[in-house]
Amino acid sequence: MSTSAKYWRGIPQRYRLEAERCASCGMEFFPPRLVCSGCGARKFMPIKLNDHGKLLTYTVIRVGPSEFCEQTPYAMGIVELDGGVRMTAQIADVDFDTLEVGMPLKVEFRKIREEGQAGILCYGYKFVPE
Amino acid sequence: MAGIIGYGAYVPRNRIKVEEIAKVWGADAPSYKRGLMLQEKSVPSPDQDVITMSVEATKHALTRAQIDPAKIGAVYVGSESHPYAVKPSGTVLAEAIGATPEVHCADFEFACKAGSEAMFVCMGLVDSGSIEYGLAVGADTSQGAPSDALEYSAAAGAASFIIGRDPGVARVIDTYAYMTDTPDFWRRSYMHYPRHAGRFTGQPAYFKHITSCATGLMEKVDLTPKDFAYVVFHQPNGKFPQRVGKMLGFTKEQIEPGWLSPILGNTYSGSSPMGLTATLDVAKPGDMILMVSYGSGAGSDGFVFEVTDRIDGVRNVAPGTRELLDKKTYIEYGTYAKYRRKIRMGE
Repeated sequence: MSTSAKYWRGIPQRYRLEAERCASCGMEFFPPRLVCSGCGARKFMPIKLNDHGKLLTYTVIRVGPSEFCEQTPYAMGIVELDGGVRMTAQIADVDFDTLEVGMPLKVEFRKIREEGQAGILCYGYKFVPE
Repeated sequence: MAGIIGYGAYVPRNRIKVEEIAKVWGADAPSYKRGLMLQEKSVPSPDQDVITMSVEATKHALTRAQIDPAKIGAVYVGSESHPYAVKPSGTVLAEAIGATPEVHCADFEFACKAGSEAMFVCMGLVDSGSIEYGLAVGADTSQGAPSDALEYSAAAGAASFIIGRDPGVARVIDTYAYMTDTPDFWRRSYMHYPRHAGRFTGQPAYFKHITSCATGLMEKVDLTPKDFAYVVFHQPNGKFPQRVGKMLGFTKEQIEPGWLSPILGNTYSGSSPMGLTATLDVAKPGDMILMVSYGSGAGSDGFVFEVTDRIDGVRNVAPGTRELLDKKTYIEYGTYAKYRRKIRMGE
């Protein structure tokens, strides 16, 4: 079954790292949400996240879900962007021996997965070493 | 007058050496290295394609152009390896950089000159006043059949140009195009790899079209090879651009800065556009640059650029093309075969 609609809804976040900042307390959210978990306000301002950050923690996936089998082994990490937002994403083009908590990373636009042989190609953010 | 407002390139990190490919097929690596003047080529990772490389090259171009992406009125991607058979690469690129929705978008294909076609059309639209800025990209994850001579050169990379009015980093003095119907290299529908006509790809194809285009353009603008600081030709291998340069009366020093193929390979639609980015990385204000692309089938687009004072201010705000080439990880043929999907997997 095609996931075109679900993928399409996430394009602003997946392609351009569009996030929101609470107009009341300044807390940033990615992806955007309806109610601020910090102060309960419902008014937000659109922002674009910084595309540089540092690695907080990581793991190496050797047996992946079916759509990621071709990419194994690959590294997944939680990255804290300059500005404080934390994201979970794949870390590409990296020698696993060099992975280190605190290492500087930057966002690159990559193909995330393919919907089988005939389905859509899904693009988005991954991180690569600076 | 139209000009290049910003430029950028992208090269995947993976490299495979000529020796590694030759070892698998029992070929003589020194003769390939000597004959084609190739040392190694770039290889895309499984999560990289024309779209991802176009986005990254364009981010660099936008950093140098320092314009609002929403002002880009046309997005054209030239390639012969668009990821979809039906669905544009340009829409993803335009969305990723924030140029949608008021933008014209099209994917171009003309073997290895689709990138220069995109540049050519953007310049026309800017000169006509139809758009303020146009985005032209040449990118490919080139195909070459296993053991074919093309496998030693077919590489991956992208070059991106924001075209607009002065003041840019390089003013377009004039353009010229030279076309004939010459079946030297082709890929039929549903075929995985291209075919070529061997030595026929040389004299009546590459050399005839490039020399005719360069000569016609230089006559049009009343300039000679001595008037140019640099020249960039399409680079199917290391040897052809050097030979065609010599035929036209250019020196090695004029060719050298944009001569990337020995350490990059042939990035097809990205080839001469990437050579131009590397040349802009070293050019000085006032330098004249001649660029002539070549696409099988066959034709050449020619451009005369004059570098402006603005180059010194934007050159180092994004990575230089040779800087990108220096970041590399060598891979073996097995990994290359996996990355390029040359291994048939189970259902």
